[in-house]
Amino acid sequence: MAMAALRREGRRFAPLISPRPITAVRSSPIAPTHEDEGPIGVRYISTQVVRNRMKSVKNIQKITKAMKMVAASKLRAVQTKAENSRGLWQPFTALLGDLPSVDVKKSVVVTISSDKGLCGGINSTSVKISKGIHKLNSGPEKETKYVILGEKAKAQLIRDSKKDIELIITELQKNPLNYTQVSVLADEILKNVEFDALRIVFNKFHSVVSFVPTVSTVLSPEIVEREAESGGKLGDLDNYEVEGGETKGEILQNLAEFQFSCVMFNAVLENACSEQGARMSAMDSSSRNAGDMLDRLTLTYNRTRQASITTELIEIISGASALEG
Amino acid sequence: MLRQASRLLARGPILAARPRPFSTDLPAAQSADATFTEAWAKVIPNMDPPKTPLSFMQPRPPTPSSIPSKLTVNFVLPYASELATKEVDMVIVPATTGQMGVLPGHVATIAELKPGVLSVHEGNEVTKYFVSSGFVFIHANSFADIIAVEAVPLDQLDANLVQKGLADFTSKLSSATTDLEKAEAQIGIDVHSALNSALTG
Repeated sequence: MAMAALRREGRRFAPLISPRPITAVRSSPIAPTHEDEGPIGVRYISTQVVRNRMKSVKNIQKITKAMKMVAASKLRAVQTKAENSRGLWQPFTALLGDLPSVDVKKSVVVTISSDKGLCGGINSTSVKISKGIHKLNSGPEKETKYVILGEKAKAQLIRDSKKDIELIITELQKNPLNYTQVSVLADEILKNVEFDALRIVFNKFHSVVSFVPTVSTVLSPEIVEREAESGGKLGDLDNYEVEGGETKGEILQNLAEFQFSCVMFNAVLENACSEQGARMSAMDSSSRNAGDMLDRLTLTYNRTRQASITTELIEIISGASALEG
Repeated sequence: MLRQASRLLARGPILAARPRPFSTDLPAAQSADATFTEAWAKVIPNMDPPKTPLSFMQPRPPTPSSIPSKLTVNFVLPYASELATKEVDMVIVPATTGQMGVLPGHVATIAELKPGVLSVHEGNEVTKYFVSSGFVFIHANSFADIIAVEAVPLDQLDANLVQKGLADFTSKLSSATTDLEKAEAQIGIDVHSALNSALTG
C-alpha cells in the first residue's frame, strides 16, 4: 500500500521524490514497529532508530578493534615461547618415532582447547578431530577416553560423550604458561588415567592465519617394548644401551613420562598461539563487517533524513499552492 | 636371451635401490602417516586427517659406514634450544652412573641425567652448564640429543645461595615426617650438593 501511495506521489512530484528511499527502508532489517507515519501514508524509518543503531555498531567496531590489538600483543608474547619450545619434542620423535596408527587397547585423547571464546573455529576443529580419533580407535576390546583441557572443548564434548570423559582441566592460562605447571598437570594425568597410548590433539601454529590440527602420540612403556620387539619402526630401540637405573623398564617409564610432559608443554603453547592468532583474525573480520554495516546505515540515515526534509518541503509548497490557487 | 633377461631382472631392483641406499628414514615417515591417513579416510571421509609430528621434523641422517669426525649435538630446554645441530668434538654428560664422555661413534645409548655439570668441548673451548636433570639420547649416527629441564652456565650460580639452600634442605630432611617430604628434601640436598661440587670442582 505504501508502494502504491509512493507511485502516486512519484507521478506528481517526480523530480522531488525518488522511489529509492522507501526501497532502502524496506531492505534494512529494522522491525516495522518503529516506523513513523509520514504524510499521505508514506512510511519510513525514524532517523532516531537508525542513529541508535549506528552508535551501537560503532561501539562494536571499537571493541573488536581493541580486542584485536590485545590478541596481537598476547600473540607476540606467547609466540617466542612456543618457537623456543619446538626443539623439545624432536629428540623424542627422532628416538621413538611416531606411530599414530598403533593398535592399542586403551587410548586416551587429550584435547587442548581455549577457555575463552571469540576465537574462530579452532576449538570446534579440535573437538571434531578428537571425535574422529575416538571413532578410529573404537572397536571390540578397544576403548578411548577423553581428557579435556579448556572450557570450550568441555562444553562441546560433555553433550554427547559424557561417559567417556576422564578428567577436565580448565583455567590453564590464568598464570603465564611455564614448564613446571605443565609438568604438574602431566603428572596428574599420568597418575589418574590408565592408558596404552596418549593422543594429544592441538592446533599447531604455522602463521597468524594458518593453524594446523595435529595429533601427537605418546606410547606407554609397555607398548614401546612390544613395538620394539615386533620390529618395524621401533625395532632399532633394542640396539640402544640403557645406562643407569636398575632395569630398562624403569628408564623407559621415566622416558615416557618425560616425553609426555615435553610434548604437552609444546602442545599447550602452540594452542595458545593459535588461539590468539584466530582471535586476531576473527576480531579483524568482525571490525571490518561492522565498518561495512556502518557505511550502509549511514547511507540509510542520509536518505531518511533527506526524505523527511523533502516531505516537509512538499507540505509547505502544497500548502502555499493551495492558498494561492 | 634368457641370460640377458635374467641380467636385466637382476639389475632392475639394484638400480632402484642404488640412488637411495640408506632410505630407512624417508619411506618410513610416509608409511606411518599413510596407514593413519588411510584408516582416517575410511572412518571419517569428510575431514582432512590431522598432521603428525613426523611431518614437521627434518629426518635424521642415516648411520654412516665410517665414524664421523664430529659429534652433532642438540641441547634443548623447555624454554630454548641452547645448541641446535652444533658440531663438537666431545660432550661430557652427568649421567646417573657418573660423568659420561660422548665422542663421535659412541654406541647408541639412552641415559638419564642427574644434577651435575655438562661440558661441551669444541676445539679448545669448553662451555660448562649446570643441568638439573633430563635425558640424553646418543644415536648411532653420532647425533646426541640432550634434553634437560633447566640448564644454567656456571658463572650464573651464586655460591652463597647454594650454601644456604644446602643448609635449608638438610634441616628439612631432619625434620621431615612423611616419605614424600623426606624424598623432596633428599632431592633438594642432591641438587645443592651437586651445585656445590660444580662450583668448587
